[in-house]
Parts: sequence; structure tokens; C-alpha cells
Amino acid sequence: MKLSAPLIYGLIISILLVSAPHAGHLPLWVSGTGVLLLAWRVYLTRNSQRLPPRWLLVGVTLACVGGIALSFHAVFGREVGVALLVLLSALKMLELRTTRDASVLIYLACFITITHFLYSQSLATGLFMLLALTAIMTTWIHLHTGTLGLKPRLRIATMLLMQAIPLTLLIFVLFPRVSGPLWGLPQDAYASSGLSDTMSPGSMSKLTLSDAVAFRVTFKDAVPLRPQMYWRGPVLWDFDGRTWTRGRSPLLAAPAQLEYSGLAVDYTVTLEAHNKSWLFALDMPISLSIPYVRLADFQLLNKAPVNSRLRYEATSGTNYRSSRNEPQQQLQRALALPAGFNPRALQLAADWRRQASSDEQLINTALDYFSRNGFEYTLEPPPLGRDTVDDFLFTTRQGFCEYYASSFVFLMRAAGIPARVVTGYQGGEYNDLGGYYILRQSDAHAWTEVWLKERGWVRYDPTAAIAPGRIQNGLSNALADNAALPFLTRTRWPLLLSLRDNIDALTNQWNQWVLGYDNERQFALLTRLGMQDITWQKLALYLLAGASLLLALFALFFLRRLQPPLPDPVQTLYLRFCKRLARAGITRAAHEGPLDFAARAAALRPQHAAAINDITTRYLALRYRGQQDRALLQAFRHAVRSFKL
Amino acid sequence: MLNSFRQRFRNWAFRRTVETGTVILNQRRIYILPTRRGVGFACVLILMLLGDINYNLSLGYAFTFLLATSGGLSMLYTFRNMAALEIHAGPVTPVFAEEDVCFVFYFDNPGKLERYQLHLHDDAGHLNVFDLPARQVTAVMLPLPAIQRGWLDSGRLTLHTEFPLGLFHAWTYLHFDVCGLVYPKPAAPRPLPAASSQNGGGGVISAGDEDFSGLRDYAPGDALPRIAWKTLARAQGLQVKQFTAEQGSELWLDASALNETLEHKLEILTRWVLDADAQGLHYGLRLAGQDIPPQHGAAHRADCLRALALYGMNEK
Repeated sequence: MKLSAPLIYGLIISILLVSAPHAGHLPLWVSGTGVLLLAWRVYLTRNSQRLPPRWLLVGVTLACVGGIALSFHAVFGREVGVALLVLLSALKMLELRTTRDASVLIYLACFITITHFLYSQSLATGLFMLLALTAIMTTWIHLHTGTLGLKPRLRIATMLLMQAIPLTLLIFVLFPRVSGPLWGLPQDAYASSGLSDTMSPGSMSKLTLSDAVAFRVTFKDAVPLRPQMYWRGPVLWDFDGRTWTRGRSPLLAAPAQLEYSGLAVDYTVTLEAHNKSWLFALDMPISLSIPYVRLADFQLLNKAPVNSRLRYEATSGTNYRSSRNEPQQQLQRALALPAGFNPRALQLAADWRRQASSDEQLINTALDYFSRNGFEYTLEPPPLGRDTVDDFLFTTRQGFCEYYASSFVFLMRAAGIPARVVTGYQGGEYNDLGGYYILRQSDAHAWTEVWLKERGWVRYDPTAAIAPGRIQNGLSNALADNAALPFLTRTRWPLLLSLRDNIDALTNQWNQWVLGYDNERQFALLTRLGMQDITWQKLALYLLAGASLLLALFALFFLRRLQPPLPDPVQTLYLRFCKRLARAGITRAAHEGPLDFAARAAALRPQHAAAINDITTRYLALRYRGQQDRALLQAFRHAVRSFKL
Repeated sequence: MLNSFRQRFRNWAFRRTVETGTVILNQRRIYILPTRRGVGFACVLILMLLGDINYNLSLGYAFTFLLATSGGLSMLYTFRNMAALEIHAGPVTPVFAEEDVCFVFYFDNPGKLERYQLHLHDDAGHLNVFDLPARQVTAVMLPLPAIQRGWLDSGRLTLHTEFPLGLFHAWTYLHFDVCGLVYPKPAAPRPLPAASSQNGGGGVISAGDEDFSGLRDYAPGDALPRIAWKTLARAQGLQVKQFTAEQGSELWLDASALNETLEHKLEILTRWVLDADAQGLHYGLRLAGQDIPPQHGAAHRADCLRALALYGMNEK
């Protein structure tokens, strides 16, 4: 069978729709080649020219595969797979001769739809792919309906997809979920963004430019005050003069010691994938609902990198004393400084040490120093030289949180007080609709902890000393208006903000129920629905039963349209009248019109002649004289009902 | 070998009754199986599902299930595309051998649904593809070649559809008790035998070739010499000259007078019947054991041709 031009255009549109969103993350030459190949096909079809010979296609295919191998330096992996699929589908267009080729192309297009979800599973992506799927279905139906027009095909495709939704939902809920990958994933399987475990000047402010969500938090009952909302991430110990790291020497295996008083805070964190293994919790974490590791410095680690959205419940104490008996070796580490850096800062710290009577006093001196000497809190600080701390403290005096944390810890260590840098997120934005807090990348923060003899590790935030608004009200209040923050973070237009809240609440529901639907959620939902001892056999059974029930119901409605429509009520009533006469032995012959029949019947049953003639007259008036009147119909119905022989 | 085995399996598995009257397609008559394309699609779905599991793509699951369910539901569409059709066979116009017998089937689609891309074909692959509008009776033709004279049975026909996605193949077998009558193929033109007068006087009258009475449209089987070439040249279409025979003359077309094989005899007689009818002669047909007295007119012509077509065969 020869393929018609509209069918070929339909296939081209389908391929374009499913491939277009990939253009964002594929190399330019791949998208360009794809578009060129499709354009070539359009040209050939428009001019009804023959398709290119096989050797040429083989050549182009080899060139494409070679190009992919060269530009990706790999032959496996997510990106390579996607690039190959997109190019091969475009190439297949040039080899499209039979309906079989068209089917293969349609299957390819279906497969490409789900590759988009490797990159984004947002509601918008889902909706766009649904649109693409409708286009694919419409083309698919074209293959099997010959010359049927676009509109009826579109109608059939939409109907088919919509009718499939209830059963899809059932399968989605009941299909047993397997956790964990079936085979080793390539390195580039997951996108990565968020906090890292190193900190150098500029690393935090760069992160702050992103509006992306880091995690969401729902508090069970008590909500801590905003200045206490420090979400603890990686703790950094080692400094090389510019960059803070966790250091190569492993932490001592001493257990983390925590004494807390007051109420513990219970909350649930839904952490976005960030491809690193650390978890975030409120200072200081007591326990988590998932398996985790709590290091001696209270950093929480997941068993594996968090490469899909993760939900966990956590308990924290905000009023605490930690590690009062920190081992000496660990404290030595918290005093180490790189040799030969920042002489002026060392000098300053030595001066303070001489003047101070206690550690607390020295700390206050340092915080005063920040608040009094014209330090500025800015996202765009001037660059620093080799002695980063000296340059910042004595020359530029402009910096973001990492500058303050870094120099504060440096000064403390130089003055002989053990100190460390803590990174994480601070604050949170309350979403009224969802009743949860959102922590964005722009809430990333760095602060410090200082070890004091009686109190253990105590949190000090030098940023609070110069920009208290940052801690009280969030970043946008602490910075000047022209700062390069994400637009939505600094806007004060209420309508826009409420729109953002709405969208985020929707996104959160989407994340929780569609994207985060894993075996735990499935288990929780099914338990709430009253199922017990859920095994996959039971799930399969429920699935089968539910699907059969749905299908039977659907088929009942679906096949009803096969029946011929009911005759109109007038005809039905007249037929009933004829049936009554037939029962009395007066059968209307096929050739007999109503008037002839009435005359014959009246002659045979003279005592009913009046009724027979009356009914016939009414029937003729309603059916043939076009008198569409409810009252007349009612009278006719009454006449027929009361007709008895 | 394999083919004959398949044929025997089909005969065993599916009903082989011949239908009379109207056939209503219900679930007992409609068979449905996935196509090779459907199996391929299932493989694609499994691949997609593996990808979803491996990369833990929740939305991927949703789309895979949506495609799977749509594919599954398309089976109902395929079934519905054929179900509840009411089919009866129409009369078949007789033809001459080596022409096509045009079988007519009336498809009544009483419901509100249009039916798409139904394929009606016989085992030899003669095919007609058609759509059926809603609430309408549609006549569907299936021309089958007539190879030899006699009754041509349509044989068991297959009606199938793969609408809407080609994943499922629904089919039913139709075998109606209709046959097409196939007349023998007219032989090459040759002169008619001599006529005898009705009273048996033996007067030889050359078959009224001289009395030209007019023109009529060409019909298959007309003799070449009678074609009015002049009118054809005048672009009035293909016409045949008609002549009236003298009243009272009588022509017997006698098989025993011919010294040929039986089939060839019948072909020659067919030619003569056509020619004699074209000339408006009174003619009779004499076959071994069967005489049709001289007559003229369309009904007589049909009787003669029918006798020739079925000569020596079991009348059905």
C-alpha cells in the first residue's frame, strides 16, 4: 500500500512534537541534522520524488552514529540513547515506504515520549507529551482508516485516550512498584543541582541565583521560630586558604552526643533529587524515619545518593547541647589553619585573644567587628586575592554568607577556639495553600559552629550580625533591590506571589501523588483503603478484578451505540395498538395502510369502530401531518392505553 | 502440505455452514486475535516499562499504562467496527465465462456508528475495502472471475477489519447461498445455420439479413460484422445493426448438427443464440434431451443461455 502525503506529514509532525523538547539538551548539530532530514522528506513528498537510495541512507546513518560517538565520547548512556533515538526516527522517515515502516515510526515516537521524563516530570511536560500522544494516535488511526478526515480521526484518538484514563489510573495505583534500578545506571542518569560539600568564595551566591526547590517541609504541630530554622547540611572542617572541604581524614568514630531540652519538633521533609547522599534536617537532628547515618558532626547521610525525590520524617531538638566531650583529636582538627595565609587576620585574632577574658567575650568582639566596620551583605562581591580572609576583612568588606562564615571560623581558629563551617539552608517560605514550607536553592546558607567547654558546639551566624534581615525575613529583605536575585524571589506584587503559591501547591500535590508514588506511598495508600498484608500476588489479583470490572462496565456503555435507535414514541404507540388488534385476530397486513386497516378493523368490530377510527386519526395527524404537540401526543397515548377489545 | 493442513484446521475450527437470508454479526461469529503488529507493540510497551522501572519514572509508568490501556481498548473498537452488521446477499447478474461475476452484498448498519475500512475478500485474494455510513444500507460488490460455465459459488468469503490501530484483527466468515450463473463463452462469429419455414415447406430463406430495421446499443457477444462502423465513426458510440427476419421463418440451433467437442459446441450455440437474438429471429435450441421451442425475446434468450450454461450439470 502506498502511503498518502497527509499520512507522511502526520508522521513528520508526530516526530517533530516528540523530539522538539529534546532540543534543549541535545547538541545543536543533532537537532539541526534531525530538522534537515525531516525537511528533506517534506521536500521529496511535496515534489513526489523517489526516496534516497539505500547506500546513501546507510552512509548518513553511519555518519550520525559516528558523530554521536565523537561528540559524547561514549556509546552508552542516557544522552547518547536519546540522541540516537531522535536521529534514527528522522532517518526512518527517509526510508518510509510501507505501512509497516509507518508502524515502526509510530512505536518509535511512543518510546521517545517517555524519554522526556528522564529530564523533567513536571506537570507541563506531562501535558505536552499528552498532546504529542494525541497527535501520534491521530496519525496512527490514519494508517487504518484510509481517507478519513483529520477531524473525525482526532475525535477517535481523543476518545480512545480519554476512555483509557480510568483503567490507566487503576493500573497506576495497583501496579507493584519495584524500588531501585534493574541495572547499573550510567553516570549521567540524573540531573544534579544544589549544595555541594565544598565552599569557596562565590559558591553560595551562585547557588542563590536558582529558584529551584531544594526540599519542602511539613511540620506536624509545633513550628519553630524562623531564626531557628537552620537546615543542616554538610559540615566543613578543612581549609586550604580558599576552599573549605570536609577533609580527607575520616571523622573519628565517636558517636554524636546530643542533650536536648524542651519539645522536640516533628516534621516531614520531601527532598528533591540532588544526586548527593546528604540529607537535611533542622538543627539538631535526633532521629529520622528512613535508614541513615549520623556522623559525629551531626551531618546526616543517606545510604545512597539521593537521585529521586525522597520523603522522610524527622525529629529535631532546637534547644540542645552537643558533643560536650568532643575528643581532643577532633578539636585539634577544628583548630588547624593553612600555614602562610592571611597574616593580618592572624594578627587581629592574636590581639583579640590578648584582650579577651573569656571565649564568649572574644566571640562577641568578633561579631562586633563585623557589624561596626562597614561590612556589606551583597550577592556580587569584588573578587578576592590569595589571602582571601585578609582581603575580605581589611579591603573589600563586601561579601555573601560564605565570606562571613569563612573569615569568622578563620578568626576563631586563629584565636584558639575550635570552630567549623556548617552549610545548609536557612529559613523557608510558607505556602498557605499547601500548609508547608518551601526551601529553595536561594535559601542556601553557610554559618559556623564554635566549641565552648561547657556548652559543646554552639551555632554562631556572623551573617546575622551584619544583615539580621536575612535571618529574620529571608534573602530578598536583606539585599538591595537591584540584586540579581530570581525575579520571583524579590517581587512584592501580591498577585504574582499568590499565583506562585498556587502553582507550587499544585506542583507539590503532583510531586507527592504522581511522581513520588513509590512502593511506600502505594503501601500507605492501599492500607488506608483497607487492604491488609499487601503482597504482589494480592495486588495482581486486585488489578485483575478491578480491570475486569471496569472493562465490563465500559463495554456495556461502549457497545450500546451499536443498537438501532428506538422508533419515535408515536410509532411505538401505534404498534402497540396494532398488537392489541392482532391479539384479537385482526392482523395488519404488510401492504395495508393505516386507513385501510382501520376500515377493515372497524368493519370486523363495529362496536369499537369509534375508538379505532379515533386512534387512527390521531396517529395520522401526529405522524404524517407533522403536528408535534405534547398535549396531542399525551391524548394519543391515553387513547391507545384505554383501548380494550 | 502446510497450506492443506491449515485449510483443514480452519474447516474444523470454524463453522462451514452456508447462510440463507440475513446474517447478523454477533460475538459468536466474530473472531479476534492480535496481529503481528500488535505483538510488536506489546514488546515496545515492555521495553518502556523496563525503562520506567529502571529510572523510576512515575510519569513514564503513567504513559506506558495509558498506551497499554489504549491498545487494549482498541480491541473493543475493532470488535465494534464489525459487530451488529446485518448482511444479506443480492441477486447476481449472469455473465459469460472469462468475465467477472459481480456478487452484491447488502450491509445494513442500523446503529449510530460509522464503520471504517472493512475488507471483504475471498481465499484467492480478491478484495474490496469499504466504509459503512451509519443508519444506512450499503451495497458492496465483490467481482470474482468466472472461469467456466455453470454456477459460480462465491465460496466462503472473509470479512475483516483492523481499525483503529491495527493491533487486532477481527474477522468473520460469510458463505451465502448465492451463485452467479456463467454462460459459455461465445465462440468466434460464424454464420447462422439455415432456417426452415414454420410449416415445414422447406423453403430456404436466408436469415433476414437484408431487412435492416434499425440500430441498437452494443451488448457483449454481438457479432462483429453487425457492428455499425459508420455510426461509430460518427462518434455515436458502438452500435449494432438490427434486421428483422421474415415472419414465419423458424431457426433451429441444433447441437447434434455440429461436429465438435461438447464445450466448443456450446460456445458456438451461445454465439448463435446471441446473433439470432440480435437479428430478432425466432429460434429454438435443440440439445441432446432438451428442446426449447422457437421463440424470441429477452426471456427466451435467457432460457436458452441458461440451458447452455447448465447443460450436462446438476441443476441446482
